[in-house]
Amino acid sequence: MANDISFTIDGVEVAAAPGQTIIEAAEAAGIYIPRLCHKPGLEPFGGCRVCTVKSNGRPCSACTQPVAPGMVVENDTEELRALRRDLVELLFVEGNHFCMFCEKSGHCELQALAYRFGIAAPRFDYTWPARQVDMSHPDILVDHNRCILCGRCVRTSRQVDGKNVFQFVGRGHEKRLAVNAEADLGATDAAVTDAAVGACPVGALLKKRIGFATPVGRRPYDERPIGTDIETAAARKE
Amino acid sequence: MTRIVIEPVTRVEGHGKVSILLDEGNRVQQARLHVVEFRGFERFVQGRPYWEMPVAVQRLCGICPVSHHLAAVKAMDRIVGGEKLTPTAEKMRRLMHYGQMFQSHALHFFHLASPDLLFGFGSDARKRNVLGVAAAHPELGRQGILMRKYGQEVIKATAGKKIHGTGAIPGGINKNLSIAERDALLVDIAQMVRWGESAVALARDYTLGNLELAVDFGSFESNHLSIVRADGAMDLYDGGLRAIDKDGNRLFDHLDNQRYRDVIAEEVKSWSYMKFPFLIALGPAAGWYRVGPLARINTCNFIDTPKAEAARKEFVKASGGKPNNLTLAYHWARMIETLHSIEKIELLLHDKDLQGTDLVVKGDRREEAVGIIEAPRGTLIHHYKVDRNDRVTMCNLIVSTTNNNESMNRAVASVARKYLSGVEITEGLLNHVEVAIRAYDPCLSCATHALGQMPLQIELFDAAGRLLDRKCKGMAQ
Repeated sequence: MANDISFTIDGVEVAAAPGQTIIEAAEAAGIYIPRLCHKPGLEPFGGCRVCTVKSNGRPCSACTQPVAPGMVVENDTEELRALRRDLVELLFVEGNHFCMFCEKSGHCELQALAYRFGIAAPRFDYTWPARQVDMSHPDILVDHNRCILCGRCVRTSRQVDGKNVFQFVGRGHEKRLAVNAEADLGATDAAVTDAAVGACPVGALLKKRIGFATPVGRRPYDERPIGTDIETAAARKE
Repeated sequence: MTRIVIEPVTRVEGHGKVSILLDEGNRVQQARLHVVEFRGFERFVQGRPYWEMPVAVQRLCGICPVSHHLAAVKAMDRIVGGEKLTPTAEKMRRLMHYGQMFQSHALHFFHLASPDLLFGFGSDARKRNVLGVAAAHPELGRQGILMRKYGQEVIKATAGKKIHGTGAIPGGINKNLSIAERDALLVDIAQMVRWGESAVALARDYTLGNLELAVDFGSFESNHLSIVRADGAMDLYDGGLRAIDKDGNRLFDHLDNQRYRDVIAEEVKSWSYMKFPFLIALGPAAGWYRVGPLARINTCNFIDTPKAEAARKEFVKASGGKPNNLTLAYHWARMIETLHSIEKIELLLHDKDLQGTDLVVKGDRREEAVGIIEAPRGTLIHHYKVDRNDRVTMCNLIVSTTNNNESMNRAVASVARKYLSGVEITEGLLNHVEVAIRAYDPCLSCATHALGQMPLQIELFDAAGRLLDRKCKGMAQ
């Protein structure tokens, strides 16, 4: 489809195809909009709100909002950076995130965002919720302490794997990830080869017995801040 | 009964409190080193996946995390049936461990203990610290700092980070040593060996020059425990358990680590979170023992590196061939191990196996395993049970400081008997109690797995339990 829609992000002219979302068009143009629940190939969810931008002055999630001709998008502004930092900080205090012994450290998108945003420690009080670790499956584990309710596993299981292993239950602050079984993950048809297992941005859904196989220094975010792949891919194209 | 309490101990990591209990005649009846904070690692690792343990439990300590990292992973090797490591994996871990021993001993001796030894136990407290050493003996201060740094660089090259790395994984290691990393470490190795030798000489001359003080300073006869290699050599990374009595007679030898519970039990006392381990055969009253550098030099038949072995022979000669039971001799023994560690590091850096690529082995799963290692401050025991879903269901940690618990109490009591006059806590008493604790250990926090800094408070109680005096050091009172 021709890139015949023209709009601006922070004053930079961007060409997009009809039907593209702001985040997709931005990414193609080498502009990184921070995100957690968005994953290419999955239906937009708009859950985490980390990709919040202003479109013609109104806040919206860049992963759900389609582009329109002449749209004026604000992305990298002090106001939006502060909002995103708050959202990420709230995610940290809402769960039990112990980066120091989490095997996802250096691979974790939440941690990488915190580094990118310069968050040294949250300003909010920790809530220390009591959450479970589901180790019942022979090859996969769910550590609910670390779940940020992004729904990537829920959507991947349904949309990519053609299964329905994960689902949300509860509402509001009681919302949590559940599995489609009476008991636990071990009772579902989840398999270690499912794409859903690799869809988690944090250390909540993990392949077992991988642990700390990748040395410090060679993990994806050790050297390059999150988003730089998008920013440098466009620079290379130029 | 009168009670004296000292808290907090400066230059000791963690939180501690000393109570001195007097009898009707106001003589020291008993001293108790309380470690009153509680970390609870043994409880909160339950339910976590086993491969997390080597990275999680090392958070017990910021001075010797590598020891916990390796003790835990040695247990996890057995859980995954991978205890027969590849040469690359074992040598990488040994390199990490010797780097750890080198930096921790350098920290303990130069940064924490040397102010007492160089300036005298009763000297001005404002000068009696590492900055005072740097001012009065700049070359020595510099050596201490650079030796520690070198050890930290060894740890970074093997574990990925200087503190709290991730190198050792169940059944092996996650990286080898690159040529660039090796060459960077080789640059200073000759210097480090020379400084290791001069540190031994310094500690030796101090001990021999102050024998009269040392004989009387918190010293007492005890049993000694460590692991040793199959041929009786000192081995800080792996071996069977050996215990000897005060005269050097073997109480048991080459005991399989997995059977430590057959020979060691722990007694709980109401006044401290730190447990009291003892040799079962001798019972709690007589079965307590020492661990750490002094114990290791006493238990081993020889050291397999030439410079440290020569130093060991001199050490053994000083006690007439018998085990050395002087608390202050810990520092000399500690520097012999420092030299041994740097000699080992030099050998390993020239070993091509470190560039190997065969890093991990796996075998038949087990549900229970013990990992024992000689940490800088002594024998460290990690014991785990793991269910078929890979979940840790039981964890028991007997850390070095816990193994030395009774010995430290005795050292404090002995020092208090000598330096307490009347029913008042003097500066002199405070200082000497600290020096006695520091001979064993600058870290109490790991022993109860407790958070925080460790300054110390002393309280003095009379025979009726009335508080007579209280003094604090190193913290707001």
